[in-house]
Amino acid sequence: MSSSKEVLFAPIFDNNPIALQVLGICSALAVTVSMLNTLVMCAAVIFVCAFSNLFVSLLRHVMPSNIRIIIQMTIIASLVILVDQVIQAYAYEVSQRLSVFVGLIITNCIVLGRAEGFALQNGPYMSFLDGIGNGLGYSVLLILVALIREPLGAGTLMGYTLFANVNDGGWYVGNGLMLLAPSAFFIIGLSIWALRAWKPAQVEPVEYEIAENVQYKEAM
Amino acid sequence: MEHYIGIFVSTIFIENMALTFFLGMCTFLAISKKISTAFGLGIAVVVVLAITVPVNNLIYQYFLREGALAWAGFPDVDLSFLGLLAYIGVIAALVQILEMFLDKHVPALYAALGVFLPLITVNCAILGASLFMVERDYTFTESVAFGLGAGVGWALAITALAGIREKLKYSDIPEGLRGLGITFIATGLISLGFMSFGGIDL
Repeated sequence: MSSSKEVLFAPIFDNNPIALQVLGICSALAVTVSMLNTLVMCAAVIFVCAFSNLFVSLLRHVMPSNIRIIIQMTIIASLVILVDQVIQAYAYEVSQRLSVFVGLIITNCIVLGRAEGFALQNGPYMSFLDGIGNGLGYSVLLILVALIREPLGAGTLMGYTLFANVNDGGWYVGNGLMLLAPSAFFIIGLSIWALRAWKPAQVEPVEYEIAENVQYKEAM
Repeated sequence: MEHYIGIFVSTIFIENMALTFFLGMCTFLAISKKISTAFGLGIAVVVVLAITVPVNNLIYQYFLREGALAWAGFPDVDLSFLGLLAYIGVIAALVQILEMFLDKHVPALYAALGVFLPLITVNCAILGASLFMVERDYTFTESVAFGLGAGVGWALAITALAGIREKLKYSDIPEGLRGLGITFIATGLISLGFMSFGGIDL
């Protein structure tokens, strides 16, 4: 049994759900245009992931295994409805901007993946920590992307002006690409590169070995 | 009629599910190593989307929206908060029924799509399309055009990416960027290409 500290912190860098397990990118990319949206989204994912793990773990001995996916889906969907209603009640503007992406936490592969892969085998306490850890791993990468996109795109952070934009009489010409969809792909791709340069154990094996170039030797 | 063709075309190219809204990304990146499997999954997504979006539209119109239950004698009931649960249930059930139907009546298609169908339940493109349909308040016919267009657009994107990845594996990529990293950047470039469709209006 791994220690609780390991369960909590391993998913952040060593086993990041987005960078290594390719889970949950679906909703991750769209909300990172602004920092505020990102933080709300991260809080929602951490909450859903932690509590769905907790409940699935509590129910793991009474669930018949052939209908477990439906039960897990129902648990997750109920939690997401709860989060959605709370966000609509207390942060209506943010909920308008997040539009369908809060609802899409249901199909976020991290949540179901952790329930299926961890909570079914482990006790409630460990599962709860694992949920928080994976939520945090998701959040770290998301906040990083938002930290690049919002200041470079609009010159603001959390709505406060960092670089005064030209349109408002300042000096900063916003980089429009950062506000568009493709930039999120580039930033995540490059941050995966950075993470793997730091932790080379995560590098994927080659699928196709390139033969050594011998032509220049023949020419000599 | 033009209105519906407009919705269909703009969901394929301008508001592509995978490239503009990042929906269905997990499967999009995981199952795009070979063109044939990517195409099979794409077809399965088209079929499921074309059925689930209109069905969810009917459920929304006649059960969930505010005042929708007037026909049953409850004009004040607003069940829209149950939407998420209802849509995901409909999707899971329909995928299951489709699987059984194909198994019994169209075994050739079942053999081709069989592996992918259960995966589709947790594909965010399917649920996402239903949620967009509710948010934009589409009528039934509009939702048919939207569901078809969303599926075709997603299938187009995943087949294009698979084509690129088949060639990409022969190239000499820096170590850390190999695999997932370069796939993200390639997807970004495709997405940039699709931006050029922006502004087309029928």
